Amino acid sequence: MADKFKFELVSPERLLVSDEVEEVQVPGAEGEMTILAGHQPILATLKPGLLDIAYGGGKEARYFVRGGFAEVNAAGLTLLAETAIDLETMEAGVIAQAIKDAEEDVADATDGEKRDTAQIQLEHLRQVQAALNL
Amino acid sequence: MASLKDLRNRISSVKATQKITKAMQMVAAAKLRRAQTAAEAARPYAERMETVLANLANALSGQEEGPRLMVGTGNDQTHLLVVCTAERGLCGGFNSSIVKLARDHTNRLLADGKTVKIICVGKKGYDQLRRQFAEHIIELIELRDAKTVGLPEADRVAQRVLGMFDAGEFDVATLFFSEFKTVISQIPTAQQIIPAQIPEDAPSMEEQLGGAIYDYEPEESEILASLLPLNLTTQILKALLENAASEQGARMSAMDNATRNAGDMIDRLSLEYNRSRQAQITTELIEIISGAEAL
Repeated sequence: MADKFKFELVSPERLLVSDEVEEVQVPGAEGEMTILAGHQPILATLKPGLLDIAYGGGKEARYFVRGGFAEVNAAGLTLLAETAIDLETMEAGVIAQAIKDAEEDVADATDGEKRDTAQIQLEHLRQVQAALNL
Repeated sequence: MASLKDLRNRISSVKATQKITKAMQMVAAAKLRRAQTAAEAARPYAERMETVLANLANALSGQEEGPRLMVGTGNDQTHLLVVCTAERGLCGGFNSSIVKLARDHTNRLLADGKTVKIICVGKKGYDQLRRQFAEHIIELIELRDAKTVGLPEADRVAQRVLGMFDAGEFDVATLFFSEFKTVISQIPTAQQIIPAQIPEDAPSMEEQLGGAIYDYEPEESEILASLLPLNLTTQILKALLENAASEQGARMSAMDNATRNAGDMIDRLSLEYNRSRQAQITTELIEIISGAEAL
């Protein structure tokens, strides 16, 4: 059995998860990361994506997270997400709505740089949608 | 002297008022509990954000060029005041004390020859500031339609502020709100949000980790740049939540006072009512008796 470490998922409105876990998959801005116990300290920003948590013993959870960052240190992993929704309770419309908003952002963007960031957001959201087969 | 009927009417009207203030107090108490939980739930996020930001800032402090949200525009001519108040009155000195702080601040800035712009969040502050600073108020953001304040509302305010900053419409932004200490004590607070103020006494990450070094993904400066707007939203959210709790606390104690006042008034009026009733009976008796004696 794998070692466990402390994991906290915090959104601006409340603390969502605070538990011992075996493995967490984090959608980092520069690629997916799998965090196990004893990971090197890291600070990374997030892209919109899916967060997979394995509590061990077959217990798992999946969250849709958006914006924010992840911090790993000796104490464990802390994830600060602007939005974090449990997939179990998420309504189907949420991602579709987010994509619609992102599309509008792309259309509204005035300069190239802004359009690029908005475009990247949109891509990420589409990937999430594809992964979920919605 | 008031007639018996007048007194009866007074008493029943004060009783009706007392019922209303009592009900408002209980509603405020229930809402306060909810607001307090919300404010407490938001705290871990804000604290974490602060530590991380402080550490990033320290790590980057050697460099000349920081993000503008942190180092500022290098100017302090134009000030933006974001004044957060309640949407409703009847909560004691809550709104007035925030407005008073903002007003003092504005007067000081104006005396120094600075330009002042004001964004009002919440209608009550707008109503009070409008009398004196109507030409400085550029916008009123109403949160009336939101049942409970949350991230969407804070984000709305933050986006507006960021938009203005990007357009170079101000140099320094200060947030006014009421910090929730206890139910009976709320402290009006002014907090500078742009340029971001980084707490210096935060324990550094190296200390926390016993010397381990962080990997950054992407680079430190990029993370910092993406975190600062987020931090602004968080600070505003914190202010709004604190405000919500303070408002309910202030309303609760104001209504408690009002209920007690109404109780005193009812006692006084009842005493007067009973006295004049007795006086009237006595007069009537005297009239009957002296009438009988005359026969």
